[in-house]
Amino acid sequence: MNRRVRLQPIVGALIVVLIVSGATFAPALTSRDPLAQDLGARLRPPALLDAHSDFVFGSDALGRDVSSRLLFGARNSLFIAFAATLIATLVGVSSGLAAGYIGGRFDALLSRVADVQQAIPYLILVIAIIAVLGSSIVNLIVVLSLTSWVTFFRVVRAETLTLRESEFVMAARALGAAPTRIIVRHILPNVLASVIALVTLLATNIILFETSLGFLGLGVPSPQPSWGGLIADGRDYIANAWWISVLPGAALALLATGLHLIGDEFV
Amino acid sequence: MLAYILQRLAHGLLVLCGVSLIVFALTYLGGDPARALLPLDTPVEDVEAFRHAAGFDQSLPLQYARFVARVVTGDFGTSLRYREPVLPLVLARLPLTLALALSGLAVALLVGVPLGISSALWPNTWLDIFARALMLLNQSVPNFWLAIVLILIFGVTLRWLPPSGLDDARSLLLPALTVGALPAAIIARVLRANLRDVLRRDYVRTARAKGLRDLRVVWRHALRNVLLPLTTIVALQLGTLLGGAIIAEAVFALPGLGRLSVQAISARDVPLIQAFVFVSATFIVLINLALDLVYARLDPRLHLS
Repeated sequence: MNRRVRLQPIVGALIVVLIVSGATFAPALTSRDPLAQDLGARLRPPALLDAHSDFVFGSDALGRDVSSRLLFGARNSLFIAFAATLIATLVGVSSGLAAGYIGGRFDALLSRVADVQQAIPYLILVIAIIAVLGSSIVNLIVVLSLTSWVTFFRVVRAETLTLRESEFVMAARALGAAPTRIIVRHILPNVLASVIALVTLLATNIILFETSLGFLGLGVPSPQPSWGGLIADGRDYIANAWWISVLPGAALALLATGLHLIGDEFV
Repeated sequence: MLAYILQRLAHGLLVLCGVSLIVFALTYLGGDPARALLPLDTPVEDVEAFRHAAGFDQSLPLQYARFVARVVTGDFGTSLRYREPVLPLVLARLPLTLALALSGLAVALLVGVPLGISSALWPNTWLDIFARALMLLNQSVPNFWLAIVLILIFGVTLRWLPPSGLDDARSLLLPALTVGALPAAIIARVLRANLRDVLRRDYVRTARAKGLRDLRVVWRHALRNVLLPLTTIVALQLGTLLGGAIIAEAVFALPGLGRLSVQAISARDVPLIQAFVFVSATFIVLINLALDLVYARLDPRLHLS
């Protein structure tokens, strides 16, 4: 319909690629150790605002370089979000396909589990599990994917239910195709469009969740940098060193905007 | 109607049973509960005695049954940190958290509804473009960061509002904005999409052809049919609102439920966390039940079929 090249997803993709490569090549981009403290250089403003400062994005309360913590923090936050999104997608899509195609008790059981999980607000469920298990990168990935698979499950299940009754699936069944073959070859390709749309949406949510947890002190254990942790670090210095919180938050908002711009293209 | 109510009630109960299973599982997720509940230097024989006294040496189904029996009577055990019964502790903090969530909902509706309606009525005008930009921004900016920026602008630079703490009603203004920003964007988005769809329908064209004024067409014919998706989206935002309240408590140093639980985490205060999860989930289930009934009033098709 609309043959015009759309600018929005391109801008979105550029933003995401820029931030992801910043995280990937962090060691090459900065010579400063994100953990190295320099108490003589506490709360230095960004170099643009103060000619005497040699910190691009300023320094924090312990004299650590904000730009280097930002880059290395992106590695932790993005890795966790990527892994959690991947697991949530795999688990949600395969359980949705199975529940929708097999139906019966298996479907009823999984649907009830999804109901229960949706009754507990994400953040509360995540806080509860992290509170008991303790926070580590692996635990964060497990918890975040555990709380996100439901959305995939519901959408894929609903679409599979309709597809199961469609003529081409019936034809395949009449030809004697095995259930796994029907699911993989005939149903899966037809739900992929919705799955891709959901992935961009969920990935954004998962990143925001991961940083929320970091902000509450439940994320990647300190002193390892994470975006949420960086924003929390600066909260007490808002009045005299705004850059510690504001710059990582702006990076996060930029990334989320980029993902939304891409996602809008699929919805 | 009665059958519909009973069916929704049964569903709510089923969900709460599931929640109780998860909450029960929290006792064991962290390893040996007898060790977790006692100080680290407790002698082995005392741990064993406690294990027996607390019933941790019984079979899991039996323990679960006893757990449910306790929960039904409102007994969630004693907080490890405060050495007091947990439920009263949690309930005492609940009103502030609810006030935050509700004021966030008020902000979301006050901002989201006019934004969504106006952007649907006048698509592709500067108003619509502004509204869509605001929606995108609100969905991308994390609420805890928004809170910090709000503090920086209104609390520190302009000094119009208190940057943190709880003095008077004005202290709730910035937290309410923090909580309401994301739901406002989602409400506006859904409203815009639905209203644009409804405005293209035949009955709206008929109403226009009848010579009804624009405002009347929108008010009497279009908005009515958007109420249902609006209720759905509000129901789906409950968790977001509660989560937002927890974040706002952390940023603005407000003594609510979220802060109580986040502080409980460092002490591994499992009974407190359990009560927190159960009370919040119960609340969500109750509000969803209420919304189901509102639904049935708005759309008779639901309970008549």
